[in-house]
Amino acid sequence: MKQKYNIIRSSCVPMNRENIDTDQIIPARFLKSVSRDEKFFGEHLFHDQRYNADGTPNQDFVLNDPEYSGKILVAGKNFGCGSSREHAAWAIAGYGFCAVISSSFADIHKQNELNNFVIPVTVSEAFLAELFKNIENDPGVEVEIDLPEATVEICGTKFKESFPISKFKKYCLANGLDDIDFLLKNQDKTEVWESKNQEL
Amino acid sequence: MGKTLFEKIWDRHVVQKVPDGPEQLYIDRLYCHEVTSAQAFEGLRARNTGVFRPDKVFCMPDHNIPTMHQEQEITDPVSRKQVETLKQNAAKYDLPYFGIMHEKNGIVHVVGPEQGLTLPGMTVVCGDSHTSTHGAMGCVAFGIGTSEVEMVLASQCILQNRPKTMRITVNGKLAPGVSAKDLALYLMKEMTTGGAAGYFVEYAGSAVKSLSMESRLTLCNLSIEMGARGGMIAPDEVTFAYLKDKEFAPKSAAWDKAVAYWKTLYSDEDAVFDAEKTFDAGQVPVMVTYGTNPGMGVAIDGTIPSDGDGDFTRALQYMDFAPGEKMLGKKIDYCFLGACTNGRIEDFRTFAQIVKGRKKHPDITAWLVPGSWSVYRQIEAEKLDEILADAGFELRQPGCSACLAMNEDKVPAGKYAIATSNRNFEGRQGPGARTILASPATVAAAAVTGVITDPRTLMEK
Repeated sequence: MKQKYNIIRSSCVPMNRENIDTDQIIPARFLKSVSRDEKFFGEHLFHDQRYNADGTPNQDFVLNDPEYSGKILVAGKNFGCGSSREHAAWAIAGYGFCAVISSSFADIHKQNELNNFVIPVTVSEAFLAELFKNIENDPGVEVEIDLPEATVEICGTKFKESFPISKFKKYCLANGLDDIDFLLKNQDKTEVWESKNQEL
Repeated sequence: MGKTLFEKIWDRHVVQKVPDGPEQLYIDRLYCHEVTSAQAFEGLRARNTGVFRPDKVFCMPDHNIPTMHQEQEITDPVSRKQVETLKQNAAKYDLPYFGIMHEKNGIVHVVGPEQGLTLPGMTVVCGDSHTSTHGAMGCVAFGIGTSEVEMVLASQCILQNRPKTMRITVNGKLAPGVSAKDLALYLMKEMTTGGAAGYFVEYAGSAVKSLSMESRLTLCNLSIEMGARGGMIAPDEVTFAYLKDKEFAPKSAAWDKAVAYWKTLYSDEDAVFDAEKTFDAGQVPVMVTYGTNPGMGVAIDGTIPSDGDGDFTRALQYMDFAPGEKMLGKKIDYCFLGACTNGRIEDFRTFAQIVKGRKKHPDITAWLVPGSWSVYRQIEAEKLDEILADAGFELRQPGCSACLAMNEDKVPAGKYAIATSNRNFEGRQGPGARTILASPATVAAAAVTGVITDPRTLMEK
């Protein structure tokens, strides 16, 4: 939490599937913790695919494949669809991912990632396909995410593009500030609004 | 240029625009349940701050509460702690709390509208993606994460990027026996599960206008399943009639004033949407899903398609279905009637009508879970419980139940459940559980026949 980011350079963990929903990321039965224990949620990230029914690791699942590691998760389009559970973002952060790259994100999950200092990097379909191809050819290939410049690059290749992120969010991420800090500082403006809109 | 319904409500609630950033949006109503609020309250304490506007926050447990023996203590200690934590937080911050067995308890998306807590023109949020349900009342309602719940608790505001607007117009008339749930499943199939991402949807057209309030709530509930930020319907006489005399709705002179305002809430003739889609209600069949996202739907008398998007092969593997197979006649093990999608009185009326004079199939386990105690009491008042009992069905106590299987109501691995809920994701109703989404009528038809059956064959002509 409240990590400060400028540049992330890392190898990637590929999950070349579309519509990965938050029920897959963290099944509902693990949502019963009443604290923000990222380590706990990280241990259960993708639980039902990562572990067999007897609790042993499923060797066919990418998180259990020693060939792939890194701070960046790469996934197919519409990542994080379904439930609004922020536990999904806590699990991703708790596992050790700092960024997720996809060609599109579900709206609520994207916001949840940002609020937990995980950077959702939206790239073109072409870039994503190229990235998956590069990882397949060389699992060690690194990606550089430059937050101040808002660019993402497959290191050692010509593939580089910019990704959307507001100046405000960049500033917050770079300085370890969150939205609540901002809102608490602006309560006077809220009160002014309330005084003008008492009856709705 | 005129404004859309969404813009009228959203614009009125903008406190300020953050330079090069999102908008600070004022929130009229925050609902908290036990699963996504504890860490938000914990966050308040870590920041040494409190709840800014306690009268605008309503708390109720729904997600993991048992649906039998609620009068007893919850046996699962982890669930119990979560519910207890919500109760303590509500007490500590002086927030209205509808606890287990409270006469107003139920699923938050059923309770909010039926108590008149959710009103036209409001901004409504909750740490639950199906908050889109409330949009049926003519408000801007959307699901948020726990950090955002904390924002609203701390400041009654949220920072949000303004979504794009989409109007989905459904003209014509739904065929007899085709419900709002079928319409929603049809729209999801047409739009795909991510097809409305980034948009706030307004449903319009004669088919939408002619829906009852309960059916409108079902339609808006499922907006999130095509990726939409929310869904909404302009308030009209149906909305006003539903809200009149509800406990928390305005009364007498305040009511007249409110209705006068609500009548201004519609998209202007010359309003421009970022996207427009039009559908013909007459084309909507009775629908079921065959795959593992709600967009994987097919007409009940249709066959599983031969290919689909990237998840198609994996989905069929999970469901143990093959391309070309008919949906009719597929064996079912579990039937679930309930959830914020279809846990309202209209849904129980439909179910009772179909099972009346018939018997539950012996191989079926059926879970009938009203969306709230208010719905439960209405079922009793209309003596639907007697029809259900005669047919061999037991009524359970309100909660989210088997929709997401956080309580004991879990479908075993490999078993087939036909459910009125909203998600057929892998493991949603229990690890390895296989879910087929359908309308209350279709679930009732399966409950008495043991297989997927077209409910129209069991309906009185």
